[in-house]
Amino acid sequence: MSTSVDATAQPLPTAFGGQESPDAEESLAIDAIPLRHWGRWISAAIIIFLLLALLWSLWHNPRVDIRYVGQTLLQPFVLRGVVVTIELTIIAMVIGVVGGVVLAVMRLSQNPVLKAAAWGYIWFFRGTPILVQILFWGFFGALYPTIFLGIPFTGIVFGSAATGRLYGAFVAAILALGLNEAAYAAELVRAGIISVDRGQYEAAHSLGMSGGLTMRLVVLPQAMRVIIPPMGNETISMIKMTSLVSVISGTDLMTNIQQAYAQNFKTIPLLLVACIWYLFLTSIMSVGQYYLERHFGRGFGQKEAEAAEKRAERRVIKRAQVHNA
Amino acid sequence: MPSSNANLVSSQASGLEPDRPMVEVKKVWKSFGKLRVLKGVDLAVYPQKTYVLLGPSGGGKSTLLRCINHLERIDHGRIYVDGDLMGYRERGGKLHEMRVKDVAKQRARIGMVFQRFNLFPHMTALQNVMAAPKHVHHDSKHAAEQEGERLLAQVGLANQVEYYPAQLSGGQQQRVAIARALAMHPKLMLFDEPTSALDPELVGEVLDVMKNLALDGMTMIVVTHEIGFAKEVADGVALLDGGVVVESGPPNQCLVNPKEERTKLFLSKVLA
Repeated sequence: MSTSVDATAQPLPTAFGGQESPDAEESLAIDAIPLRHWGRWISAAIIIFLLLALLWSLWHNPRVDIRYVGQTLLQPFVLRGVVVTIELTIIAMVIGVVGGVVLAVMRLSQNPVLKAAAWGYIWFFRGTPILVQILFWGFFGALYPTIFLGIPFTGIVFGSAATGRLYGAFVAAILALGLNEAAYAAELVRAGIISVDRGQYEAAHSLGMSGGLTMRLVVLPQAMRVIIPPMGNETISMIKMTSLVSVISGTDLMTNIQQAYAQNFKTIPLLLVACIWYLFLTSIMSVGQYYLERHFGRGFGQKEAEAAEKRAERRVIKRAQVHNA
Repeated sequence: MPSSNANLVSSQASGLEPDRPMVEVKKVWKSFGKLRVLKGVDLAVYPQKTYVLLGPSGGGKSTLLRCINHLERIDHGRIYVDGDLMGYRERGGKLHEMRVKDVAKQRARIGMVFQRFNLFPHMTALQNVMAAPKHVHHDSKHAAEQEGERLLAQVGLANQVEYYPAQLSGGQQQRVAIARALAMHPKLMLFDEPTSALDPELVGEVLDVMKNLALDGMTMIVVTHEIGFAKEVADGVALLDGGVVVESGPPNQCLVNPKEERTKLFLSKVLA
């Protein structure tokens, strides 16, 4: 079977019959004494010295209380907080991304009302501080003490309940973070969609694809390549931003840490515990982002040629198996 | 006379004389803002014929091609493909704009090849070719794959099925694009300067594929600057300039002994 796989099995010929390596002609060999980079050595030494000094001062500072940090790291109140932080991050990001796609499509639509509504939403949620928004949703009961389900302007009400009963700090936190994120995500998604070449739409249309199919099959997968890296950053920001919901007692990691040090005054060790957990979560997220970027970057990478050979090889093997069966 | 060119093409036909044109363009006008690009173009292309559109840049060739599959709307006139009015439905003496879905159905029977290839960069060559049969015609994956491999082999790319467009040369990409268009079993192929973005040494491989298509009896409209291709393959040629058909007829007349000064001038520039 003659395929591209066979071609690579042979050694590549050197260009125009040139030789693999230069003649071992002594007089022209480059055997120079390397340049010494003294500046690099000195600056590296200074940095290492400062770092050691910092670590030494922390290690010998009794207020750091490394042992307490170690004991507290896996305490139930910390773990409960971590779980809430993860839940808040995931749910808020889902609301943010879905809302963002909807807002982006609205902003790109031909309908002026949809366009203006999306613009107004983004203007409001990007123009006010997230801390204010969190407090606002936290005190939503002060704006609407009761929530009705019914038809507006008619007086028809199917049911009503006190806001405080429907709606705890967790829901308020999710609304605040998710709705805020949607405004930022919308701009990222819009930038991704705009980045796809017009020729791609024309090619899809000329093949008889409808608008929706063109979006799903051709435009969004290409937009993802542009959207994923900043969206990963948004998720990492979100992990850290959830700590702000401690102002409405959002029961997240930071809320629990603050409540603990309010009682035992081990402020610095507990803040270190928080740092360790946030660093852990953001590091995990970075690994996930790497794999997502690789998936949506297909067709553009450096090692694509190799990968194509492998796919072709698998194909030939599969074909042979089908043939023999 | 622009309207007489239809007869010239049809009279070239040897053997059977199909009476209905595959493509009929009637008095088509098109403006972009204040710029008038097409000013009353008439054209008829008969089944299994290759028609080449020549002319200087900005003469309206590409626009006319894009109007034929309704990528651009026309301002005046009618375009029929295989007897169907493109983009509109005539009911009770009135024109109704077609739904997007129905326009898509019309386009599915017309293959188009672009100057910049416009392959889907996130799909392999095979996936590019399979995409429309699978998702528009809802063919089974297996059937689409087999047909895709057959078409890629037909354009000489049997060994490149698993490559992404970025790994292929311009000529190979354009051949994938041709295979992708053929996968929808079109009755008409439109080529919009298919070799203009290629390195000179890659032009031949694409023209060869097109030549074979013409020999196989595909109906084609080709916008190109390749006079050699027009002379060898075309059944009819038309020179568009300033939004009108300046001259049209069989290639051995139009390209060898042109009547119009404008055609002579254009040919002398292209062949220089």
